[in-house]
Amino acid sequence: MDLVLPILTGVLIACSTYLMLSRNLVRVVLGLSLLSNAVNLIIFASGRVTRAIPPLIAEGGTLPPDGYANPLPQALVLTAIVIGFGLLAFALVLTYRSYQELGTVDTTAMRHAEPDTESPYDDLAEARAMRHAAERGTV
Amino acid sequence: MAPTGWPLVLPIIIPLLAATLAFTVRGWPIVQRSVSLLGMLSMLLSGLHLLSLVSAGGPQAVAISTWAAPFGIVLVADLLSALLVVVTAFIGLVVALYSGAEVGRGRERHGYHSFLLILVAGSAGAFLTGDIFNLYVWFEILLMSTFGLMVLGGEKIQIDGGVKYLALNMVSTILLLTAIGLLYGMTGTLNMADLAIKVPQVENPAMLTVVAVMFLVAFAIKAGLFPLFAWLPASYHTPPMVVSALFAALLTKIGVYSMIRVFTLIFTHDMAVTHTMLAVLAGVTMIAGVLGAAAQTDIRRMLTFSVVSQIGFMLIGLALMTRMSMLGTVYYMLQDILVKAGLFLAAGIAVRYAAGESSFARLGGLWMDKLWLALLFLIPAMALMGFPPLSGFWGKFALIRGALEAEAWILTGAALVSSFVTVYVIGRVFATVFWKPAPALTEGEARARTAAAPTSADMMMMVPAVVAIAGIILALGVFAEPTLALVDRAAEQLIDPTAYITAVLGPDAAPPRPTMIGGVR
Repeated sequence: MDLVLPILTGVLIACSTYLMLSRNLVRVVLGLSLLSNAVNLIIFASGRVTRAIPPLIAEGGTLPPDGYANPLPQALVLTAIVIGFGLLAFALVLTYRSYQELGTVDTTAMRHAEPDTESPYDDLAEARAMRHAAERGTV
Repeated sequence: MAPTGWPLVLPIIIPLLAATLAFTVRGWPIVQRSVSLLGMLSMLLSGLHLLSLVSAGGPQAVAISTWAAPFGIVLVADLLSALLVVVTAFIGLVVALYSGAEVGRGRERHGYHSFLLILVAGSAGAFLTGDIFNLYVWFEILLMSTFGLMVLGGEKIQIDGGVKYLALNMVSTILLLTAIGLLYGMTGTLNMADLAIKVPQVENPAMLTVVAVMFLVAFAIKAGLFPLFAWLPASYHTPPMVVSALFAALLTKIGVYSMIRVFTLIFTHDMAVTHTMLAVLAGVTMIAGVLGAAAQTDIRRMLTFSVVSQIGFMLIGLALMTRMSMLGTVYYMLQDILVKAGLFLAAGIAVRYAAGESSFARLGGLWMDKLWLALLFLIPAMALMGFPPLSGFWGKFALIRGALEAEAWILTGAALVSSFVTVYVIGRVFATVFWKPAPALTEGEARARTAAAPTSADMMMMVPAVVAIAGIILALGVFAEPTLALVDRAAEQLIDPTAYITAVLGPDAAPPRPTMIGGVR
């Protein structure tokens, strides 16, 4: 397990990075979901990986047996999975909506929020025009 | 729960309950609006109560479900948290009032006010929690509600902005989660006060610095620091102006707050690396943000860029870790929340009169037509530039004085240059939006603008909201002494976290000696 978990996490992160570099929004969302799974594995491993000793206190005892599995990271992972699931659901719906509304899932084609203005507003030119108008007495 | 715990829980519970209630009555906009306003108002009162408690009795802590401190989740309020909760509740109240005139029945029927209340509850939770995993959970809660607010209405531009907002913020929270997991693996605790004790005992401090930088990057995305701010100007201008105002005022500050908390309380073991990085980021962000703002020809996009440059100012104190500069950071952060909300809301009225058009070329003549609006915009704008006697002056004064005392010449220079360019940016807005004659309109356009202009009922909601903010900015500037004294104590608690740790873990916790080095030159 000591070797399998890091390799698996690394492969997952590599794949998700590759996917997120894509211009296709669907791939980006898939990459994000892979990444959150990889992180869940990191948290799981951070609680130390042990086998077959559940964190149960024997009757009459006060402490669980030595080398028990740490339950806290598993609780954290559970929380993270639930939250990640909610985010993924929202991301998928948003992807679908952007395909419906914008007609594309190519992120470079999504220029509605930051359009390329053909002739940006030139306040100096406008000020000059206004001064000329004032000199001619038309204002 | 001990009865003394309620003041810490109420600012989170009240808006959450109000959100639930608002959702059940979403079919009746007036009822929903009242629930929202009442929820925000009660939150403000409970926040003020908490502030008075913390101000009188030092940091307060409560263990939820009486799970004792390092094991269960604790809520902790020091002066910084309490002050931020109060300002958040006030902004929530103002925004809820203004929303009635701005967002439209359609959005309100789809649960707009519930999202608003959950966002405010999530912010209060993030400010008050004393558990680092719990901080992540609050981040997700408020992130979810911001997703809702961002795309509610479903216009093309909103969907586009929403996609970029979603992708980068998800990366940021995943990074935060990774960093929390690794930190837990090294220290075996999630309680922030306990982390402050355990972190100096870690065997491998170099690895710890790597984790600290992961936290830095995660929060830097949230706060919109250079070079990770690209999502912010791509998305903040897309929702209705009042939502932009709330986002610009609150969201980035939650990132800054988390940075302050983590880098004053937990990661002070290797300040030569982490706090030098903060100083560099602060300087570059101040300059890059204001240059971005200077390049814009649209008032909404200009304002979103100015959010970025102000974040740089707030990091000066954190980077230098001296009491004077930390005072400046806290004061600047508090007043910038008000300033940003005031700017966006006042600009929102101007944009309403122009039927939603916000480019410089399509605006003009407001000084002649609506002098009151120009003056309402002028107050937060002057505070943004840092002109006396407004609130921004005291913040910038303390920051620059702190930076000079710490002999951080480059940072001082960057702050002054950035302020100077801000004067140019605001001057340009005034020249084009207010002083320039109104643009020539076709008959159809003029009719459309008259039809879209706010009704007197709308004005009853919009104007008091902006006046309240402008009044507080003015009052904070003219009567600065009491607030500055309070903020000074907040800064003291941040520089020396002994009181915070004692409040959480009890007096026997043997806190580490605070490292009082003003590291960066």
